[in-house]
Amino acid sequence: MTNGYRYIGKDTARKDARDIVTGKARFFDDIKIPGMLYGKVKRSPHAHANITRIDTDRARCMPGVRAVLTHTDIPRWEWGMPKHIPILDSKVRFVGDAVALVAADTPDIAEAALDLINVEYEPLPAVYDVEAAMQIDTSPIYAQFAHNTYPDEPPSFEPEMLGHIRIGDVQKGFDEADFTIEDTCGYEIFPNPLPPEPPGFIATWETPDCLTVYTPSQSIAQVRLIGIPFIGMADIRAISTQCGGSYGTKNANLTPMGYAAVLAKATGKPVKVYFTKEEHFHSYSLRLGSRVRARVGIKKDGTLSAISGVWMVNTGSGSESGPLQIAVGLGEVQLVLRCANWDLKGKLVCTNRSPSGIVRGYGGQELESSILPIIGRAMEKAGINPVDFFKKNSVKPGNGYFWREGKWWTYRGIDFNTAIDKGAATFGWKEKWKGWGKPTAIHGNKRIGVGVGVHSNADVGEDSSEATVKLTADGRAVVYCCVSEAGLGQRSSLCKMAAEVLDLPLERVTLSPPDTQLNPFELGLVGSRGTYAVGSAVIAAAEDARKKLLEIAAHRFKSTADQLETENGKIYMVGRPDKKLAWHRIMGVYHSVTGEGRFEPDYSLCNFLMTFVEVEVDTETGQVVLTRMVNATDAGQVIAPKVLEGQLHGAFGSAGLDTALFEETVLDETSGRMLNGNMVDYKWRTFADLPDVKNVILETPMPSHRFKAVGVGEIATSPGPSAVLMAVYNAIGTRIASYPVTATKILNALGKR
Amino acid sequence: MNTRQNDPEQERRTIHLKVNDKDYALAIGDTVGAVAPSDTLAHTLRETLGLTGTKISCDQGSCGACTVIMNGKSILSCMTLTIECDGARIITIEGLADPATGQLHPLQQAFVDNSAFQCGFCTPGILMSTKALVDQNPHPTRDAIQHALSGHFCRCISHYEVVDAVCQATTTEGDHD
Repeated sequence: MTNGYRYIGKDTARKDARDIVTGKARFFDDIKIPGMLYGKVKRSPHAHANITRIDTDRARCMPGVRAVLTHTDIPRWEWGMPKHIPILDSKVRFVGDAVALVAADTPDIAEAALDLINVEYEPLPAVYDVEAAMQIDTSPIYAQFAHNTYPDEPPSFEPEMLGHIRIGDVQKGFDEADFTIEDTCGYEIFPNPLPPEPPGFIATWETPDCLTVYTPSQSIAQVRLIGIPFIGMADIRAISTQCGGSYGTKNANLTPMGYAAVLAKATGKPVKVYFTKEEHFHSYSLRLGSRVRARVGIKKDGTLSAISGVWMVNTGSGSESGPLQIAVGLGEVQLVLRCANWDLKGKLVCTNRSPSGIVRGYGGQELESSILPIIGRAMEKAGINPVDFFKKNSVKPGNGYFWREGKWWTYRGIDFNTAIDKGAATFGWKEKWKGWGKPTAIHGNKRIGVGVGVHSNADVGEDSSEATVKLTADGRAVVYCCVSEAGLGQRSSLCKMAAEVLDLPLERVTLSPPDTQLNPFELGLVGSRGTYAVGSAVIAAAEDARKKLLEIAAHRFKSTADQLETENGKIYMVGRPDKKLAWHRIMGVYHSVTGEGRFEPDYSLCNFLMTFVEVEVDTETGQVVLTRMVNATDAGQVIAPKVLEGQLHGAFGSAGLDTALFEETVLDETSGRMLNGNMVDYKWRTFADLPDVKNVILETPMPSHRFKAVGVGEIATSPGPSAVLMAVYNAIGTRIASYPVTATKILNALGKR
Repeated sequence: MNTRQNDPEQERRTIHLKVNDKDYALAIGDTVGAVAPSDTLAHTLRETLGLTGTKISCDQGSCGACTVIMNGKSILSCMTLTIECDGARIITIEGLADPATGQLHPLQQAFVDNSAFQCGFCTPGILMSTKALVDQNPHPTRDAIQHALSGHFCRCISHYEVVDAVCQATTTEGDHD
């Protein structure tokens, strides 16, 4: 659907496409700063222990070693939400936690020096289970968190935060219910979103009060925003390299920045800390663990009358943004489960697992994957088809919900039921759905089952964005907006929006480098905010610049600005395209014209995705194969068709749907070690295993900005896991209530082991 | 060649590589610009020759990111020691486009046209495996493409677009060399 646009909705090569296919794109490890040293981290073999002695003498004496730091050598800088994660501490909290830091002339020397550091530990009891952690009343993992439970304090930037959905009267709701279900379900596999490029930071102190960092980031402004309070309020200039995948994990994890910053301080040199893949597995953000104990009341017609319970969130050894993820998750769940009576409380708990943090799905995927299987049991009791249930209970125009900042919002967007219907028809849901616990077909040992999952998010208009657009006399435009490229294609899409507004050839519109020093504030590509929130600021800046330019031109044309048009860097009066004046004739070659744009948070619009899946279960081997997936959504207006298709294909990867099939980190609870922290033992989808996939993308104009679009990319991973669990139940008729559905679990469920 | 005859001892301590049609003679040793016995080919390409288009991701031979073509075959450069490569002819991602005109190889162009990447970190390795495939089999089936790329980790899931791109590049008229 072109809608008469020049670029919007049309496929154009991504601006960085040539650099990517020729190897010219500069990712983190391709950057070198003169005089740069290499930092390495000595890591803990214990899951929980006090450090009783560290001997660094031999390491310090090694030729080429420039600094060796322990917790006694550095300031007590902390980050996290709330601030609690120190750079180094007198204790360790997970296997792989940092004990000491080394900076040396080469990575090999730094690595060798780590072996010369001797550490003595006093081991402490470790805990990995969320409920067991809450029972501990002495010696918590962090002294300030009694019962290993984080306080219910909102962070400084959000005065209120949703930690508990309280709506109506649940007792009344249960009284009105025809059926009540009580159950517990967990999504506690701690998968690694595992971008191909490991995390890293180069830090260099330009002055004692100003740190410059280079990092592959999804949201470079966040490094400055949360980094400044972390490093004792010194200034930060944050520059993003091309980012080799993030999926949320390279938004706000400041752990490697802390290492690089203190080593750079100690040596007076730029220091690079680049995690190995092993560190990436063991010592970096995993997906949060989630367990829901809930009671659900449902009426015969599929109306949810009450939901109550507790959502226990296991953040491992540190909360990167746990309270906010709980807030967003609690907001999102209301968008897919309309219910008059709620009492669902989030609890954030630390354990001695590796730290967890921001991952695509951001709380919502974790909550939905835990609660939807319980809701499924209620649907089954009521005898309702899940597609009909979600059509009835997903957000509709005029519905209200509490969003993350605790305020009540009313949805003013479009009805997604048309997308659901189109998706169902494409998938063949009507023909394939045979009822709860009933297979679609049985072929010998193979049982076919179908399932469906949903996700909806009001984060499309999340947080603030600022942009400026500079028009230059030579007929070009530069968009200044602090946006990094982590694979979302958004840098190119924003150029398309500006080119459309200014009616310029796309190649004449460029975006500034992702550098906090050069650009106005822009929170970053978190959630699905790129299209609406960031896009709105860029569109407004382009419109403002255009208006200013035409106002200047009006003097020349002896007309009013609204009688003028600009096209390809030339201005003419409407109806007189033969008489054109180039921009330099209007503004003069020594001038430029700059427009400004800003977006303020708006949580009254949502995106939506329903994922239909078909699985084939082998009852002899227990193997589950995903054979078919249909994603159905309505994006309002597609900006870049192939880019959107690609993001929806991302449903499998980055700790998405495949967490229901085979992805998990396996912990040895006797030692606290992750057993599959490498790319052979950790399972991932290969090119040899591609199910049949179809994306159904509708374009019903959305009341967002000039192009009527909302972003949808982030949520691709979220509906899949619970859909797979549902499909497996339908295939084999026995419910499996944990992820992933391994062959062992299937055979156990079938009584074959 | 003359040096080889002139000073066999020095030659024994030199690694000759032809990378993207350019000849390199690298001393074996620990000095700057030399090849240490423990240096992988990935390390040499990136750090010694400055060809950073080849990516290192897992550095243990299980993700395919570091794939280059050596003597006509796709290999994992993170699992190959440079000192074992004396006399090898190597093509990296930097050698795929036409060096004179800068024109993209048809495979590269098909990747651009199909948006066959998201973050792009795995793309150089995938392109090199694909190049090795089409050099052997100019018109591969979808199955053959999937099989040839099965060792490549792509976490954004651009698999579908990659297979489409390779199909497009190999079903149209064109020279894949």
